[in-house]
Amino acid sequence: MWKVQWVGFKTIARKETVRIFRIWSQTLLPSVITITLYFLIFGNIIGARLGSIGGYTYMQFIVPGLIMMAVINNAYSNVVSTFFSAKFQRNIDEMLVSPLSFVAIILGFLSGGLTRAVIVGFLVTAVSMFFAPLKIYSISIVILTIFLTSLLFCLCGIINAIFATKFDDIAIVPTFVLTPLTYLGGVFYSIDSLPIFWQRLSLLNPILYLVNCFRYGFLGVSDIPVAKALIILSVVIALLWSACIHLLKKGVGVRL
Amino acid sequence: MSVMPKEKAIEISDLKKNYSGGVEALKGIDLTIEQGDIFGLLGPNGAGKSTTISIVCSLLHPTSGTVKILGNDVIKNPSEAKKHIGVVPQEFNFNIFEPCAQIVMNQAGYYGVARDISRKRTAELFEQLGLSDKAKVPSIKLSGGMKRRLMIARALVHNPDILILDEPTAGVDISLRRSMWTFLEEQNKKGLTIILTTHYLEEAESLCGKIAIIDKGEIIEQGKTQDLLAKLSKETVILYTQSIPKEFSNNKFRIVEENTLEVELHKDDTVLSVVKDLEGQGIIVNRMKNKSNRLEELFLDVVEGH
Repeated sequence: MWKVQWVGFKTIARKETVRIFRIWSQTLLPSVITITLYFLIFGNIIGARLGSIGGYTYMQFIVPGLIMMAVINNAYSNVVSTFFSAKFQRNIDEMLVSPLSFVAIILGFLSGGLTRAVIVGFLVTAVSMFFAPLKIYSISIVILTIFLTSLLFCLCGIINAIFATKFDDIAIVPTFVLTPLTYLGGVFYSIDSLPIFWQRLSLLNPILYLVNCFRYGFLGVSDIPVAKALIILSVVIALLWSACIHLLKKGVGVRL
Repeated sequence: MSVMPKEKAIEISDLKKNYSGGVEALKGIDLTIEQGDIFGLLGPNGAGKSTTISIVCSLLHPTSGTVKILGNDVIKNPSEAKKHIGVVPQEFNFNIFEPCAQIVMNQAGYYGVARDISRKRTAELFEQLGLSDKAKVPSIKLSGGMKRRLMIARALVHNPDILILDEPTAGVDISLRRSMWTFLEEQNKKGLTIILTTHYLEEAESLCGKIAIIDKGEIIEQGKTQDLLAKLSKETVILYTQSIPKEFSNNKFRIVEENTLEVELHKDDTVLSVVKDLEGQGIIVNRMKNKSNRLEELFLDVVEGH
């Protein structure tokens, strides 16, 4: 039975990856263009008038946050859209009637989200090198943070898609939750520059931890303890994974 | 010489399904389908056919009861149970943007079939179903009949033991419908057990060796098609005659058109006695046919009486 699960997982992963490249102008290009505009406007034009943060130019400071923003958006939107489309067109039934376990199904969708997030992350990093010198303080932290962040938001995407009943429902979280949290998650500023009350409030924002972990990997500076952030991140991923399995086993949103 | 009993392909015991809102879709049905059967599950709209099929395919959780596929319980041992079945749903449910061959090969992958084997099997099925030139075409560009055939190819690509078809020929023209029957009969001869729900009773009578009629969540008749048809208490027959004298009058017969009579044949009546009766009155019968499909009459008999 393991062979069936392995082949099934590879099939979903291949299908998801083929889709990413088939519609690359919708999946890969938009983030690269958006982030390039951020580099140009916030980094180059506005950032040139700002002083350094933690000994780094403003452009160097925002690069990790902007890469992370692209990774988060792409991990989330890939999984939420493909899972919801499969539900909407009912081709999720192709998997549900097969011997595939829910673990294999979820891993298959996650692999698609991870692939897109990593490719976009790589492309945005490559673009950033035109605007600021690339310096990596800890490659292992960079890779670990990208992996865990992608996983976290892929799982969030699946849960959103499970509960979504119409296309509007999959746009609500990115628009009203993800975007505000990302903008307020220390991508464009250090929380040290905020008044105490807002600093403490910012600590409740999970994206702050991700951005700071990632920034630590690049620059070696962070507003929060990196080890603590990675542990919290892993625990949240484990909880979301359990929630996904539980919901699918119960048939929430996917069974007739 | 004793005949070896056939193995049970599907065994449904005391299956109940209550939907939220208090709708009792299945009220404890029992059904056994043996290997090698072509089994028809018939019933009016909302009778519980699709609910039964959805539970067998694991698309729906039952409220209580058990479903076993080749001895494997679909709730306790789903992976083992599901690997034996192929499903053709009522609605088209493939990714409309994917090329046809990709859809079928992906389905094989979900059943653990290696890519090189599924590629070969897909090509064979496309050849048999007349889809070879559509392999690279996105499924959105197929006609309705082609989409139906694509769903059959998808359901058979992993060589299942049991094929479940929910209204497989709905919306399909008669010539294509008949070619699909031939294809399914050929697959059955190779050992495939087939279970189908259909509204076309002609289809069920022609294809199915055994049938069950479900109504309001209960099985009201089941058995061999011929045995059930033998229970028909009466059949309506249309008689085409050379001519009918103007003075002809007989309560048993009804003139439906010029030179055409309708008669109800009861169990003890014979065609010969009817023909002789008419000959005695100077009427020669040229041809005759059943007014409706015999299974249709049985269906109406049992459903209306339920």
